[in-house]
Amino acid sequence: MNYTQAINQFIVENFLFGDDNNLATDASLLENGIIDSTGVLELISFLEETYGITIEDEEMVPENLDSIDNINNFLKKKLTAL
Amino acid sequence: MCGLAGIFHIHHDNASGAIPLETLKRMTAALQHRGADESGVYIDDQIGLGHARLSIIDLTSGTQPIHNENKTLWIVFNGEIFNYRELRKQLIDAGHHFYTTSDTEVVLHLFERHGTRCLDLLNGQFAFAIWDTVKKKLFLARDRMGICPLHYTVQNGFFYFASEVKSLFMEPNIPRELDPIALDQIFTLWTPLPGATAFKNIQELEPGQFMTVDKDRINFKKYWHFPIVPRTGHMDAPIEDITEQLTHLLLDAVKIRLIADVTVGSYLSGGLDSSGITALVSKQFNQHLQSFGIRFEESDFDESRFQKQLSSFLNVSHKELSVSNTDIAAHFPDILWHAEKPILRTAPVPLFLLSKLVSDNGLKVILTGEGADEIFGGYNIFKETLIRKFWARHPENLSRADLITRIYPNIFKNPLLKNSLIQFFGQGLDTADDPLFSHMIRWNNTRRIKTFFSDTLKESIGDYDCIQEIRDRLPDDFNAASSLTKAQYLESTLFLSNYLLSSQGDRVAMGHAVETRPPFLDHRVIEFMARVPSIWKVFGLNEKYLLKKVFKDVLPENIVLRPKNPYRAPIQQSLLTKENSDFINNILGKTSLQAAGYFNAQKVRALTRKLSAQKNINEVDGMAIAGIVSTQIIHDQYIQNFPASVNPMPELDLIVDHRPPNHGLST
Repeated sequence: MNYTQAINQFIVENFLFGDDNNLATDASLLENGIIDSTGVLELISFLEETYGITIEDEEMVPENLDSIDNINNFLKKKLTAL
Repeated sequence: MCGLAGIFHIHHDNASGAIPLETLKRMTAALQHRGADESGVYIDDQIGLGHARLSIIDLTSGTQPIHNENKTLWIVFNGEIFNYRELRKQLIDAGHHFYTTSDTEVVLHLFERHGTRCLDLLNGQFAFAIWDTVKKKLFLARDRMGICPLHYTVQNGFFYFASEVKSLFMEPNIPRELDPIALDQIFTLWTPLPGATAFKNIQELEPGQFMTVDKDRINFKKYWHFPIVPRTGHMDAPIEDITEQLTHLLLDAVKIRLIADVTVGSYLSGGLDSSGITALVSKQFNQHLQSFGIRFEESDFDESRFQKQLSSFLNVSHKELSVSNTDIAAHFPDILWHAEKPILRTAPVPLFLLSKLVSDNGLKVILTGEGADEIFGGYNIFKETLIRKFWARHPENLSRADLITRIYPNIFKNPLLKNSLIQFFGQGLDTADDPLFSHMIRWNNTRRIKTFFSDTLKESIGDYDCIQEIRDRLPDDFNAASSLTKAQYLESTLFLSNYLLSSQGDRVAMGHAVETRPPFLDHRVIEFMARVPSIWKVFGLNEKYLLKKVFKDVLPENIVLRPKNPYRAPIQQSLLTKENSDFINNILGKTSLQAAGYFNAQKVRALTRKLSAQKNINEVDGMAIAGIVSTQIIHDQYIQNFPASVNPMPELDLIVDHRPPNHGLST
């Protein structure tokens, strides 16, 4: 299962307000000014609500959340573990 | 305070056209909210000066314009000179004659004696214009920090000036257009840069600047710069001595700001700064002080319990005003009419309502704690800078990173956020030598809201980059300064002067004819603090360390020790309510947005959808909605539906008509 498209859609709608701009799936969301510190909260709520998962404190690291690819891989791992 | 306006026909000798008295009257009338006690004009064949007066010093004979002994110099003046009594005495000793007891007349004679260097002798907050009928030269000046406003524009050989932009727009030939470059600045820095306004071709005299205008040229000069003192120039005295000197200085700064022929009150927010000022006044100078404070419906923003504690501790008569979300939404358009620029917050609204309470209680003058955070090192951005600088030396050291969580306990409340927040504040650690290091995170974060700009607006802005312009304007000695000094300079010269003292200061107070006086911005205090070592400003992570020492004997301990809580007001909680939805839907509707042309309607729709669906709203979305709504309102008020005249026109109390015969019939 690939979640890239759904994640991309969420990010484009909520942080880019529809402005796709050919967002690369490996681009850092923070460094490119797409998400700010509190925007991460929105992203987490989205992931938890949409996929019925709980994200733990120690999972809140850039390796899991800072690009569409990272989120996709993280989700895959998380959902397989369920 | 007051309002002033004028029209100067620069090329009088080689072109026709008299000074239109009717326009001058309209320009003056447009400022009557700043002072409705009296109004007056001076007019000759080349210039017209208008004045709307709020009488504070010399209630009976201070009607303006005011002239010198032989009527060769004429002045219109807004503001206060706090050391005018001693200057007046010196001038009388030197042979000058006065026909009023006002501070305005002192400025005129001081100019007559010292020329433009008179500015160095003034301690005050002011904007004024002096017309020299012999040299045919106009002199305009503004106080050091920019407490009083002064705008100007040149159009078809005429030079127009006024306290507020709305007064300039009373001349129908002056085009009214929002400036794309200013919008770029506002949507990055929260304010236009010094000298700029939201409008194309309308300039503001910079703080600490004067200009002269005659038929040959327009000259500008900065007579005062916000001081930058390198470490080598810092005081080497024990902290006790520094505290004592500062206490002495602050007492005098407060004392001279109590000079008025009317009652002076005080704002009391419950924080250190306004509490300290209120304490100094009530303990040293006036035991019957009246203070005023704001209560918020939203408990996150409310500080009223501290106000209650202080008013009984200091034995002042305190009045509070309760502000609801509905009030903020209802008066947002009013404060924009006064602020004359788009803003990214709603915080001016409660202060606008508070000045009404002051005015309803019969007061015209209020002392405020404004400026303390900039001058004494109170803001989190200063501590954030010091920590990030310390962290940058060993970026891998996470205990250094952890310090950040100590200064933002509220946003780190959610443990889930810790890693991403630390990563957020870790941005730019590799550029710790950047002169703008302290502010880049904030500006980069804010400018994300430029994503809502329309393609047309983006095109007009082109490659322009306001952050690059700030870099280009930095003074030569900037790099030698400490990190804290650099951050203080940026905060004071950008945000304090152009937003806090304007949109959140002069404009919302003068909206109800109330003059605010900030003792912490006495230039002697600023210059003194510039020589105080950074360590005494932010001691470890203890902000305003020196100021706390000054106030520890006059305030309750919990007030001195409580962490700083920035003054804020609700944005989306007030603007995006059901009650306000008709207004918002209309002003943010596709038709309105496209007609005005500044924003991308689809994106704005996506934003409002997001904001109304979500509970957790991030700060950037809040700034975006305030910025978009306020730009649309300013467009409606100033571009689309600007009222061409003032109704009813007030009667002038004084008309000095020096036009040659036959000229007087023109309108």
